[in-house]
Amino acid sequence: MRKTLLALAAGLLLAGSVSAASAADKLKVGFIYLGPVGDLGWTYQHELARQALVKELGDKIETTFLENVPEGPDAERSIEQLVRAGNKLIFTTSFGYMDPTLKVAKKYPNVHFEHATGYKRNPNMSTYSAKWYQGRYIQGLIAAKMSKSGVLGYIGSFPIPEVVSGINATILAAQTINPNIKVKIIWANTWFDPGKEADAAKALIDQGADVIMQHTDSPAAMQIASERGKLAFGQDSEMIKFGPKTQLTSILDTWGPYYIARVKAELDGTWKSEDTWGGLDSHMFAMAPYTNMPDDVKKMAEDAQAAITAGKLHPFKCPVVGQDGKPVECKGGDHLDDGQILGMNFYVKGIDDKIPGK
Amino acid sequence: MQLVLEKRAERSNTIAMVSPLIAIGLTIVTMVILFAILGKNPLLALHAYFIAPLTDGYSLQEIAVKATPLVMIAIGLSLCYLANAWNIGAEGQFLVGAVAGSWIAVKTQGTDAGAWVLPAMFVLAAAGGALYALIPAICKVKFGASEILTSLMLVYVADLFLDYLVRGPWRDPHGFNFPTTAEFDPVATVPLLIEGGRLHLGSIIALVVVAAAAILLGRTIKGFEIRVVGAAPRAARFGGFNADQLIILTFAVSGALAGLAGIIEVAGPVGHLQPGISPGYGFTAIIVAFLGRLNPLGILIAGLFLALTFIGGEQAQIAMKIPLDVTKVFQGILLFYVLACDSLILYRFKLVFPNRQVARGTA
Repeated sequence: MRKTLLALAAGLLLAGSVSAASAADKLKVGFIYLGPVGDLGWTYQHELARQALVKELGDKIETTFLENVPEGPDAERSIEQLVRAGNKLIFTTSFGYMDPTLKVAKKYPNVHFEHATGYKRNPNMSTYSAKWYQGRYIQGLIAAKMSKSGVLGYIGSFPIPEVVSGINATILAAQTINPNIKVKIIWANTWFDPGKEADAAKALIDQGADVIMQHTDSPAAMQIASERGKLAFGQDSEMIKFGPKTQLTSILDTWGPYYIARVKAELDGTWKSEDTWGGLDSHMFAMAPYTNMPDDVKKMAEDAQAAITAGKLHPFKCPVVGQDGKPVECKGGDHLDDGQILGMNFYVKGIDDKIPGK
Repeated sequence: MQLVLEKRAERSNTIAMVSPLIAIGLTIVTMVILFAILGKNPLLALHAYFIAPLTDGYSLQEIAVKATPLVMIAIGLSLCYLANAWNIGAEGQFLVGAVAGSWIAVKTQGTDAGAWVLPAMFVLAAAGGALYALIPAICKVKFGASEILTSLMLVYVADLFLDYLVRGPWRDPHGFNFPTTAEFDPVATVPLLIEGGRLHLGSIIALVVVAAAAILLGRTIKGFEIRVVGAAPRAARFGGFNADQLIILTFAVSGALAGLAGIIEVAGPVGHLQPGISPGYGFTAIIVAFLGRLNPLGILIAGLFLALTFIGGEQAQIAMKIPLDVTKVFQGILLFYVLACDSLILYRFKLVFPNRQVARGTA
């Protein structure tokens, strides 16, 4: 009996080492995820992209992910674990991994890193993000058309430039439809907390908002809006099943094409450190189908999407007027330049609020 | 018919010693079954969990880094628990210590201050943690407020206070409004012990703390006092020991150690102050304290063991694609078996028949 067990054990170990050997000549690509994979939201969209990557290049690569990695002291270790497991290209998919990624990148110059939504780079560390403000602009147009009360509700996560520029793009768009549009903003101070997000949605509706938009990750606000007979926009993922009569559209993170392109570059030996900030034209994100709106609003949204994609419409076209009533310096010719949007730390005129901590 | 737990007349010291080992054995058996159900090779999985991390220097360092705050906090908690003072709020004391120590780091940023910065941060962090722990202790002694509730609730206060600081006054001006301070200067950073690794001075401090606790409990009157007050409060009163004073003392020491662990974590592996600096160290340390049977050496082993499951869990996730949830299930099962085995040292099952009152106990 004992001998059989030992033989079995040896056999199992052997089988394990054989399968490890056959994988050795494939390029290993690692991913660090903030949340659990789940079935929607920020991390799920990265997971979908990873799956797309495997489908496209599965015979040449082997992928590994670590999920639920907190943006604290553990992140550096998790990234380094992937390096030590032989991963040559590593995607760290949340802002809070910026410093840990940079630390590990400096330690392993022969491994390539891709950090999502950050601003620190290294010769072996790229950054990538999406121009979600373009999608926010389209949402602003729809919201202004659909709102009866003229009050929009906005659930913010953190007052970082990405979120602030999203709020501004929304309002600038809405003002082209209804110059007196109002927005109520609640900061949830979290990316994902269904309880807080639901509370925020309730409070916004109680303050008269009838279209809810969010920069947080869960479908909680969508569900509240649905219960209260209001309208809402999804975030990151398709959320229509949480509000079949509620969702107007949703900004969908579509990282797949980028991941495939970067891994191909790595395979070809042409990978180099870059800063990629892609918009609708480069498919870094997509808009979910326009639903629960009249045909003319839908057409307007589609036209705006086409115009932005073609580069004919810029959400931050000058003049952009600040809260003080003065136009903001126009560094990009006829629109604000990328640097101004990436570092945006002011509200435009018409927002009756101030950025927290400012 | 009814199943009850009956207290054993005497407890076997041998069983008390091997009980954690039985618990670990049962956990491993359960995990083997679980891995088999998941379709993973149980031997390889156990290898990834327990053996692989022990076979290279890098993983050993990481285990030490992970165990450092757990051990330091758990040592402090064990003193409280031995003295029958229930400090549940080490997490809050950890955060306040981190904040208090960071204050110097933030204020001296970019001023090229001298080597006094780090020791001063340590002192302030320990003082901050101790003062914060004194709030529930004093409420307990003066007003009879349950220290379990007050210490726990103060965790959330500390959490929000830290949150306020890094979103407001201490926010990195060049950090694009993200809730974090700027990276600490080198003088405000815990030195690394091995070039290219992450092992830092904190691990040495943790070892010193373990040794000090062992001496305190084993060789001093104060240690004797702590144990007597906890084990036999009446005898302690006759002996002239002041239980109230001990609550104050053990809370203060435990808070100081948690605070010190907090600043070491912030000025060490993290490098700046931000929300989420603790993935629940203050609470996990409660498990470590009991897993180590409130004994300094036991706590050191328990802390290292728990750290091993974290590192091993991560390597299992990479090497065998075993989901993270399995690691959590694993830790839960372990705790369950430890508590179950402990209960059976002190108690035995007994079937009670209400009508006949015939007991058919098993030894």
